[in-house]
Amino acid sequence: MASLRLEGLTKRFGNVVAVNGLSLAVDDGGFIALLGPSGCGKTTTLLMIAGIYRPTAGKIYFDDVLMNDVAPKDRYVGLVFQSYALYPHMTVFQNIAFPLRLAKRSREEIERKVKEVAALTKIEKLLARRPGQLSGGQQQRVALCRALVKEPEILLLDEPLSNLDARLRIETRAEIKRLQRELGITTILVTHDQVEAMTMAERIAVMHDGVLQQYDPPGVLYDRPKNLFVASFIGDPPMNLVPVRVLEQGGRLILSADGFQFSLGEELREGLSPLVGQEVVLGLRPEDLLLSREERPEGIPGEVFLTEPLGGGILVHFAFGEVKLRVLAPREQPVEVGDRLWIVPQGEKVHVFGPDGRSLREADAAA
Amino acid sequence: MQGFLFLSPGLLLILAFFIIPAVVTAVMGFTSLDYRFKWDFVGLGNYYRMVRDYLIPRILVNTLVYTFGTLGIFNVTFGLILALLTTSVGERAGLFFRALWLLPRFTPPVVYAAIWLWILSPTKNGLLNGLRAAVGLSPVAWISQHPWGVIIITNGIIGASMGMLVFASAIKAIPRDYLWAARVDGASWFQEVRHIILPLIRWPLMFITAYQTLSLLTSYEYILLITQGGPFHASEVWSLYAYNLAFSSYSGTYPFGYAAALATVLVVIGAVASVIYWRIFKFREMMAPPRIETV
Ligand SMILES: Nc1ncnc2c1ncn2[C@@H]1O[C@H](COP(=O)(O)OP(=O)(O)O)[C@@H](O)[C@H]1O
Ligand SMILES: [Mg+2]
Repeated sequence: MASLRLEGLTKRFGNVVAVNGLSLAVDDGGFIALLGPSGCGKTTTLLMIAGIYRPTAGKIYFDDVLMNDVAPKDRYVGLVFQSYALYPHMTVFQNIAFPLRLAKRSREEIERKVKEVAALTKIEKLLARRPGQLSGGQQQRVALCRALVKEPEILLLDEPLSNLDARLRIETRAEIKRLQRELGITTILVTHDQVEAMTMAERIAVMHDGVLQQYDPPGVLYDRPKNLFVASFIGDPPMNLVPVRVLEQGGRLILSADGFQFSLGEELREGLSPLVGQEVVLGLRPEDLLLSREERPEGIPGEVFLTEPLGGGILVHFAFGEVKLRVLAPREQPVEVGDRLWIVPQGEKVHVFGPDGRSLREADAAA
Repeated sequence: MQGFLFLSPGLLLILAFFIIPAVVTAVMGFTSLDYRFKWDFVGLGNYYRMVRDYLIPRILVNTLVYTFGTLGIFNVTFGLILALLTTSVGERAGLFFRALWLLPRFTPPVVYAAIWLWILSPTKNGLLNGLRAAVGLSPVAWISQHPWGVIIITNGIIGASMGMLVFASAIKAIPRDYLWAARVDGASWFQEVRHIILPLIRWPLMFITAYQTLSLLTSYEYILLITQGGPFHASEVWSLYAYNLAFSSYSGTYPFGYAAALATVLVVIGAVASVIYWRIFKFREMMAPPRIETV
């Protein structure tokens, strides 16, 4: 196993900057996710770590050894491609055995290792088949086996679950996590699915347009998004983001938009005071808002204009002129279209993003 | 019935250009047709003559050496090497080199042959002999001393380009992920070629092998233009022999009947070769829809 460190990693394809100055470190045995929308440079990053692409700039270290000029075959990484890339002309056994054959291992050792790793992912019965005769889930396991069989220093997974159906995805999620923990392999998971990243990884690197936005444990990403992009990308249903103007009224700071007013507590005062008169964005997670039938001084009065039952709860929509707010209410709470309710934010869970899109929370500003 | 109506233009063309000539040739092979153009049927006479023809064993060997030598060295192997090299270098450089190898295909055969005659000329003005002279060596009569080498190389240089094109496009159609996966799995370039690329272009390889065998069996224009089959039949192949008998005056009598019998044998050889390839390579599998087994 190895630790991994990227320093200022950059990759250009002609005019396109696919990855731009990416720096991050992964501990030996750690499990991180690269999370971001399609085209943000995740696969390119993996392929640079694997040695397929040569970085335009920046450095890649395994265990503090510079790897930039090391050939892929000497990096000892296991890579599961998004397409799985199982060799169609080889059986499952031959596919998994391929890295060992190239490493000139003995026939007995190959046989033993392939069986071992196949048992780990429960595909022993498929060894004689060809990839074309396997389901998506089975192909995914074979690809994982081929990456694991050589006991890699680092395991790279490129959207390993994206081709599976919803139920299988949830099972496989848990299984990969269990395997990673059992084997203790340093692992990088690439995904565009925040739930996958949040449930599996210890730390998540959120990327956007090739640039690292935030690199934190899932809880921190959720509680203290550093900027608007992370705030809007993490969370389901997504955070309410309301463009507002900062006003001062009788010594209090007020965030105001057409038909909508929100008065702030003390905690963000310091960051907001210099911004009086300017536009900022107020961020409120639907699940951090309570609904009340009684008047509440810190609440916002509003009229329900749509409800969406989500199974576990109800997504209640409010409209204040141009401003729309979604609130996730518990299922037991009876809410009807047309009800007039008070929306009550939880003080410590209010996010405000300055004109540059950065979070104004003191804790984040300090970080 | 309607189906036949729709197919009829195609069927007529096949009839006019493939079947009728083949039948006429076969029938002509049973006559003693010559410059007098009298269709006298002689039964198997031409075939007896063939068996007794002292040149036939030599021409048969020439044909086999020429066909499989050109095929093995150039049309498949060298075409494959060119395809691998031009797909390993950058896109633009690869395109340039492939275009370069295609040039002879655009050149009229007579010009192509003339260039080779200059390169191989036995005089000191030939390209190769000029180079030899520059380092103080005496000229070599390339064509008469190495007739097999000459016909294989001259046909191979031009013949390799078809394999190159087909193989290169097959290689480029291989998803990059397979090659990358192999590299990550620890494959060197040679191992990548041997374990991934070659198995994945198996069908084009087989197709080119079969197709080029048939086309080499029947092609003789460069041999005719460069060595004329000489010296003294040393580079004469089956199809050229039939041509020479029928259309050049060296037998004096223009024995069309005998030449037609020779051509008929060539058609049979081609048909047998096709069946053999069909069997070995299981073309049927290639044509059939892929097998799908449900899991
Ligand atoms: N080989 C390539 N040539 C040119 N552009 C590329 C290449 N690979 C990726 N890109 C571009 O780089 C960006 C990042 O791509 P990628 O790393 O595949 O994104 P992701 O995996 O996050 O979806 C995209 O804009 C993509 O079009
Ligand atoms: Mg990708």
